[in-house]
Amino acid sequence: MRINYIGISEINGPLIVLDGVSGVGYDEMCEITMGAGQRRTGRVIELDGERAVIQVFEGTHGLSLENVSTRFTGRPMELPLSKEMLGRVFDGAGNPIDGLGAVFPQEARNINGSAINPVSRKYPRSCIYTGISAIDGMSTLIRGQKLPIFSGAGMRHNEVAAQIVKQARVSGDDGEFAIVFAAMGVKNDTADFFRRDFEEAGALQRVVMFLNMASDPILERILTPRCALTAAEYLAFTLGYHVLVIMTDMTSYCEALREFSSSKGEIPSRKGYPSYLYSDLASLYERAGMIEGAPGSVTQVPVLTMPNDDITHPIPDLTGYITEGQIVLDREMDQSKLYPPITVLPSLSRLMKDGIGKGFTREDHPALSNQLFSSYAKVQEARALAGVIGEDELSETDKKYLRFGKLFEENFVRQEPDENRSIDQTLETGWQTLSVLPPDELDRVDAVLLRKYYKEDGINALRGSI
Amino acid sequence: MPYEIYSVNGPVVTARGASSLAMMESVRVGGDSLMGEVVSVRGEDTVIQVYEDTAGLRPGDPVLGTGGALSVELGPGLLHNIFDGVLRPLRALEGASGAFMARGVNIGALDTEKLWDVKVLLKEGDVVAPGTVYAECKETELITHRCVSQTAGTVTSVKPGGAFTITEPLAEIKDARGKTHTLTLRQTWPIRTPRPVKNRLPINRPLITGQRVIDTLFPVAKGGCAAIPGPFGAGKTITQHQLAKWSDADIIVYLGCGERGNEMTQVLEEFSGLLDPRSGKPLLDRTVLLANTSNMPVAAREASVYTGMTVAEYYRDMGYHVAIMADSTSRWAEALREIAGRLEEMPAEEGFPAYLPSRLAEFYERAGYMVTLSGAEGSVTVIGAVSPQGGDFSEPVTQNTKRFVRTFWALDRQLAYARHFPAINWITSYSEYIDDLEPWYRETFGDQFSALRTRVSRLLLEESKLMEIVKLIGADILPDDQKLVIEAARIIRLGFLQQNAYHDTDTYVPIEKQKGMMEIYLYFYDAAKPIVDRNIPIAQLRDTGITDALIRIKYDVPNDNIALLDDYRGKIDGAVRSVLEANL
Repeated sequence: MRINYIGISEINGPLIVLDGVSGVGYDEMCEITMGAGQRRTGRVIELDGERAVIQVFEGTHGLSLENVSTRFTGRPMELPLSKEMLGRVFDGAGNPIDGLGAVFPQEARNINGSAINPVSRKYPRSCIYTGISAIDGMSTLIRGQKLPIFSGAGMRHNEVAAQIVKQARVSGDDGEFAIVFAAMGVKNDTADFFRRDFEEAGALQRVVMFLNMASDPILERILTPRCALTAAEYLAFTLGYHVLVIMTDMTSYCEALREFSSSKGEIPSRKGYPSYLYSDLASLYERAGMIEGAPGSVTQVPVLTMPNDDITHPIPDLTGYITEGQIVLDREMDQSKLYPPITVLPSLSRLMKDGIGKGFTREDHPALSNQLFSSYAKVQEARALAGVIGEDELSETDKKYLRFGKLFEENFVRQEPDENRSIDQTLETGWQTLSVLPPDELDRVDAVLLRKYYKEDGINALRGSI
Repeated sequence: MPYEIYSVNGPVVTARGASSLAMMESVRVGGDSLMGEVVSVRGEDTVIQVYEDTAGLRPGDPVLGTGGALSVELGPGLLHNIFDGVLRPLRALEGASGAFMARGVNIGALDTEKLWDVKVLLKEGDVVAPGTVYAECKETELITHRCVSQTAGTVTSVKPGGAFTITEPLAEIKDARGKTHTLTLRQTWPIRTPRPVKNRLPINRPLITGQRVIDTLFPVAKGGCAAIPGPFGAGKTITQHQLAKWSDADIIVYLGCGERGNEMTQVLEEFSGLLDPRSGKPLLDRTVLLANTSNMPVAAREASVYTGMTVAEYYRDMGYHVAIMADSTSRWAEALREIAGRLEEMPAEEGFPAYLPSRLAEFYERAGYMVTLSGAEGSVTVIGAVSPQGGDFSEPVTQNTKRFVRTFWALDRQLAYARHFPAINWITSYSEYIDDLEPWYRETFGDQFSALRTRVSRLLLEESKLMEIVKLIGADILPDDQKLVIEAARIIRLGFLQQNAYHDTDTYVPIEKQKGMMEIYLYFYDAAKPIVDRNIPIAQLRDTGITDALIRIKYDVPNDNIALLDDYRGKIDGAVRSVLEANL
């Protein structure tokens, strides 16, 4: 029988301190029973001789020094796992909240997971078609990749994420899709939006949801992505599903981490975030991938809202250093009702180069996307120039670039939230927009491809081409 | 009395015992014997950083000292292999614990079963000194492994050559005090101690990388240090990969420090398939890979740069030119910060510990062109990637690194957005080695090379000044001779500075072709002058298609037939003549 420790010696924010404890391990879970019989869970976060510091997930309100007894479980935080989790809804700490009772577990795993050995990884190569041109054409999503959406408050990142979930498929596919959805500190409306969306797409039976709402305890928020990724790893590497993990909003997660860190009295680093923010984020993002010999895959699409739309803020900054690229949404495009508001220049998919082109998508894909990037970068220069000297004063070539920019945004980037474009459609549209530019401006495409795909009259097929 | 754990806080564990352990001593912590290292000793408390996840450790668990500093095992079998930050072989770890890393698996770096065909270079009665090469074996097809003695003495017994494992004795020597040492293929070395050398030599040879912007404009010397800072997505990793693949070092130590797991998988896959352009052998035959990905324990990340450096020095001491690529040193600095935070040390700038500059200096100063103890020449070149927060070069890691490196390849976000790769900004980058390397270039190419380089960088500089004006008032307003500068610089940017890492011909360019290309581009600039002198718009020259042809030289002229470059002089002359004639 395990010992019940009666009483607490200190309460400080979400933390309680117990004295006179022995035989307790770092990171161990405990159950805290209050006088009225209410139960809370906690975790050991620091051990100092016989003194244990415990974080209480549900918060410490209502706790007093006397009326409490604490029992240590002898185990780290574990999540019960089973195939039955598909279609279920859990809270941030992995407890079912859909009223359907507990999950009968096949096994239980430590939610912190362990690092995948780099030699056991399989390098991701099969691309996932999202049906969104700006992603498929310019920043292709690859199975096993972690590709975040960098957004800002009020932009339509949820719609983009939902569209990816609904339309994602892999060419020549084997194996089944599953979706793990982790909501961290989101509003109820947002969670409802996703739930409705999954339902409309008839996907609810393939979704596992972990919901930590904005009003839920922050410590639970720190557990949410870990629970979600543990479930994802189980579905992928044990059951063989191709799992797409949507995590929103990573900014709330980092804020929770900062709040927790400061309550522990840790030395803050940049903008008050703890110095281990990079390692902490990496321990989540690096759980994406494929394993040699295992059938499934974990692909992550985390969503984060950049505070003040600032891409150099520590959260997007550190995220960008860990993830394999990013999809950046743009305020101006969003405000001019351009959907999806994906700004292609800062967006990037690092794994794209090995998953597109001959044998994967189409031979002209790498050259075309390079050319679109490079030409669109010149559009920005031309626009900046036009802002200073006026459009009329621009050279003929620069005027053509302005026209190309407009056509590119209106035809290539813009699409409907339920429009699912094939990769051929995407690439054709790309070539059509390029046809406004003279061929000698296309310095990223070699002559053979240019002859084969460049059509001078391609422009006539486009919206707003007159 | 044994030592016991007293407190646990993340990767930092405090132990108590009768007397303290030694500073920097390597220890085994808890029932799982996790690897750790003593980082501070205060009274009865000994503070230990643990290289593995500390979950489950309890106060009262045992802590065992190993009696020595954190050391790694060195010997044949390092090449063609991949290790974690404290040199545990990842393939063997996979065999022991599967695809996910387990804790407390203590496996030596080297395979103890494998037999090596050893030539023993000693005979009885020989006097051995530190630096004596006592045995040799073929480690890979490319590299002969030389065992260099770390001790002195007289040989008392010796085995004839033949097949040996790394643990079998090759010879025994007796030192001056009469103590017997056994020589095997395996040695150990404490990672934080630089390996001794006879003396340093002045730096005078470039590390040829096959990357035009590096070899020509911002070269790094063998034995020198270079830093590649850049925001995410600017191509630090690709540049490091390119250097690891193509530079003319004998040995590459590639250190993935706190970076992505998939990247290391990619390096492993790609390097296995690629052949070294000089020897035609697989690149992995000369490469040691160290992977401590971002989700592996942070303390091991801190140790990994020293591990990598020790391996590099070990091969240098055999007389090889070694290049170590550290991607990324910022992650290492962050590991320092994280551990310093856990130790509750007083933070200096941006939360980094105050000793950050001295740690950086210690690391970079282990580079150099040396005469080894055995009398051979060897070098360690360090190329460190830096990941500045928010892409802001004024942050402490970039600024302090700048003080200890002499080549600085500044990656530029704007260039990367425009898909100009490698995105090395030619205005803000620099190399202090140019003057040191001057004699080498003169010997190899005569005076021309530096003259060409100077003219090219002047043209680029002038262009960047003109572009300021163009941004304000547009290109049309410029006089024709300045338009020519812009056109020539454009050709150099697109044709010369941009290099396609994924193109078979362009990924590696011999330095002779680099020189030839510069000559052609400057020839174009000179040849086009009569056109602007006669106030003919430079656009007419562009319409002849000559500029496009010049930009495509990198693809159209094969690396093994650079004589074809000479044809371009005729083409340029022809184009200029046709423009002049059309305007008669």
